[in-house]
Amino acid sequence: MATRQLTYVKAFNEAMHQLMESDPDVFLVGEDVAGYGGVFHMFDGLRDTFGDMRVKDTPISEQAIIGLGVGAAARGLRPVCDLMFMDFLGVCMDQVANQAAKMKYMYGGTVSVPLTITTAGGAGLSAAAQHSQSLEAWLAHIPGIKVVMPSNPYDAKGLTIAAVRDNNPVVIVLNKSLLGSKGDVPEEMYECEIGKAHIARAGTDATVIAIGRMVNEAHKAAEQLAEAGVSVEVIDPRSVSPLDTATLVESVKRTNRVLVVHEAVQFGGIGAEIAAQIQEEAFDYLDAPVLRIGAPFSPVPYSPVLEKAYVPDAAKIVGGVNKLLGRG
Amino acid sequence: MPDFEVRNSSTLDDSYITRDAILDLHRRMVRCRFFEETAGKLNESGSMPGFLHLYVGQEAVASGVMSVLRDDDQITSTHRGHGHAVAKGAQFGPMFAELYGRTTGYCNGRGGSMHINDLSIGMLGANGIVGAGIPIAVGAAFAAKYRGTDAVAASFFGDGASNIGAFHEAANMAAIWELPALLVCENNGYAEFTAQSQHMKLENIAERGAAYGMPAVVVDGMDALAVRAVTMEAVDRARAGGGPTLIEAKTYRYFDHQGIKGMRILYRSPDEVEAWKARDAIGLIEAIAFERGLVTREEFEAIKAETRADIEAAVAFAEASPHPDPADILDNVYSV
Repeated sequence: MATRQLTYVKAFNEAMHQLMESDPDVFLVGEDVAGYGGVFHMFDGLRDTFGDMRVKDTPISEQAIIGLGVGAAARGLRPVCDLMFMDFLGVCMDQVANQAAKMKYMYGGTVSVPLTITTAGGAGLSAAAQHSQSLEAWLAHIPGIKVVMPSNPYDAKGLTIAAVRDNNPVVIVLNKSLLGSKGDVPEEMYECEIGKAHIARAGTDATVIAIGRMVNEAHKAAEQLAEAGVSVEVIDPRSVSPLDTATLVESVKRTNRVLVVHEAVQFGGIGAEIAAQIQEEAFDYLDAPVLRIGAPFSPVPYSPVLEKAYVPDAAKIVGGVNKLLGRG
Repeated sequence: MPDFEVRNSSTLDDSYITRDAILDLHRRMVRCRFFEETAGKLNESGSMPGFLHLYVGQEAVASGVMSVLRDDDQITSTHRGHGHAVAKGAQFGPMFAELYGRTTGYCNGRGGSMHINDLSIGMLGANGIVGAGIPIAVGAAFAAKYRGTDAVAASFFGDGASNIGAFHEAANMAAIWELPALLVCENNGYAEFTAQSQHMKLENIAERGAAYGMPAVVVDGMDALAVRAVTMEAVDRARAGGGPTLIEAKTYRYFDHQGIKGMRILYRSPDEVEAWKARDAIGLIEAIAFERGLVTREEFEAIKAETRADIEAAVAFAEASPHPDPADILDNVYSV
C-alpha cells in the first residue's frame, strides 16, 4: 500500500479508524469525542462510522471516564479513554495510578488492563498553566503503566496502534503543537514498538536525546550544527516508560557526549532519570557531564513572549551541544 | 426530600421467605463471620501481617446481594472486602493464604487483604482507595451492555465513600447510559471513625439517587432476606435494560475501622453497639426460620460446624504454603 503525507492528527485519526474497524472490542469514550470529534478533531468521523455504542460522549467526569475504562478493560474490552488535556490527570490520577497501573500486580497477575488513555500535552498555544503541561514524569514514575510520546505523524499512527493492541495501560501523549505537522504515513496498519527508541538522525560527535516535540527542535539544531561541522545524533525514545536505555547507552558509547532535552520542567523530569542511567552504565565513555535542557521551574506562562522563552528550542539545543563540545 | 421507608422482611410475601433462601443466606453469613473472626485473631496474635478491616456485623448486605447474583455478574469491593469475596463464593484456602502473603493466595502474596479478587466468580477485586471501585463496576456494567449480555455489576461502598467524587461521577454515568449496575451503599454509620451526622446533612444516602435520576431504596442491612428482596428488584430491572439502582443498606460494623480491638467508646456509645448487636443478622435470620418452622437448630449448627472445619483446613493450608521468592518481585508488573 501507498505512503502519503498526512498531518499528525490525521495519522492518529486513521489509526483509530483502523483499530476500531479491525477489533470490535475497541471503543472510545471521552468529553466531546463523538458529536464534535474531539476538541482537536482527533476523533473526527468515528461516531458516524462506528455508532453510538462504540464512540461515546461522556459527562465532564474524568474519574468515571478512566474508571469505566479500567472496569471494561478488566472485562476484556479495549477501551480508549480520552483525557482532553494532560493537565486533567490531576482529577483522575487515582484511577490511573492506583487502579489501572497496579491492578495486574496487586491482583497476582489474574487480570490484564488493556486500557489506552489518549491525551494532549505540551505548550505553545498560549493555553497557560493548566492546559500546557508535559507531565510524563508523573506517569513514568508509576510501575505498571506505559507512556508513549509520538514526535511525528508516522509515530502518531504506529504508536497508537501499538498502544491499543498492548495488554497494559498505555498513555499516548499527543503534542498539541504538532497536530498540524506533516509527514510520510503508510496506509496500512503498522506498529512502532513501545519501548524501542528510534535513531532519528545518525551522528558521531554528540547525542541529543529528545522527547516528543523536542525531536523536531533537535533536528533543526543538528542541521545548524552540521553546517559548523558538528555531527549530532538525535534519538527519539518514543516511549519514556518503558525506556530503551540500551539504545541510548549504545549511542553515548559512540559519541561520548550527550544532551537530554524535554519540554517538561527540568527539575525531576524524565531527563534526570535518563542522565542517571547513562552515567551508571556509560560513565567511562563520557567526555563531558551529561547535560539536560528542560523548562524552567515555573508553571507554563500565558504571554507568548514568556512562553517562547519557557519552552526549549533549537537555539538552546545548539548552545547545549556547543557546551558539551567545549565550543564557545 | 423523598421519604424512604426502611424495607425489611416483615412485609415480604412468603415466597421470599423460603427454607432454601434462608439456608443459602445463613451459610453465606456464617462463612463471612467465621472467616473474619479467625482472621482477626490470627492478625492480632502477630502471625499474620497487614491491615484488616473486618466485615463482622455487615454480613447480611453482602450475603443478601450475592444470593441474587450469578458468577458472570461482577462486583467491586472495598477495603472492607473479605465478606464480599466470601459471599460471592471465594474459597477460604487462597483467601487465608493471601492474608499470610503466600504464593497460593488469591494475589500470589502481592495484594493482601485489600486486593483479594477472583475473576472466575466475578469478584473484580477489593480496593484500598475509598470509592474507587464504583467507576470500575460501572465499567464492568458497560462491558456487559456493550457485549449484549444480561449480566450486571454491583459495587459495594460505604457511607463515607458516598462523599467522594468517584461515587457521584460514576452514579451519573451509570444513570445516563442506563447501565446494568447496582450501587450498594453499606451505611454502617461511620466513615472510619467519623459519624454520619458529622460527614453529611442527609439521613438517607438513598436521597442521592434522585440527583442522578436513579431509583433508590433503603433496606434494613441486618435483614438478609430483605436485602435479597430489594436486590432481586434491582437486578431484574438492570437485566431488563432499566438501568442502575442505588441500594442503601443500614448496617453496623462490630469491630473498629481496622483490626479486632473492638469498639472504642471514643466515638461510639456502648448502648449503640449493644442495640445493633441485639439485631444481629445471623440471629435475626435464625429467629425468622424458627418462628416459621423452616429450619431446625441442628441444621444451622451443622452449617457452623462445617464452616469451622473448612476454616481449620484453610488456615492449615495457608500456613503450610510457601512464601514468595524475592527473585520474582517483578512478576506481573506488566502483561505480555
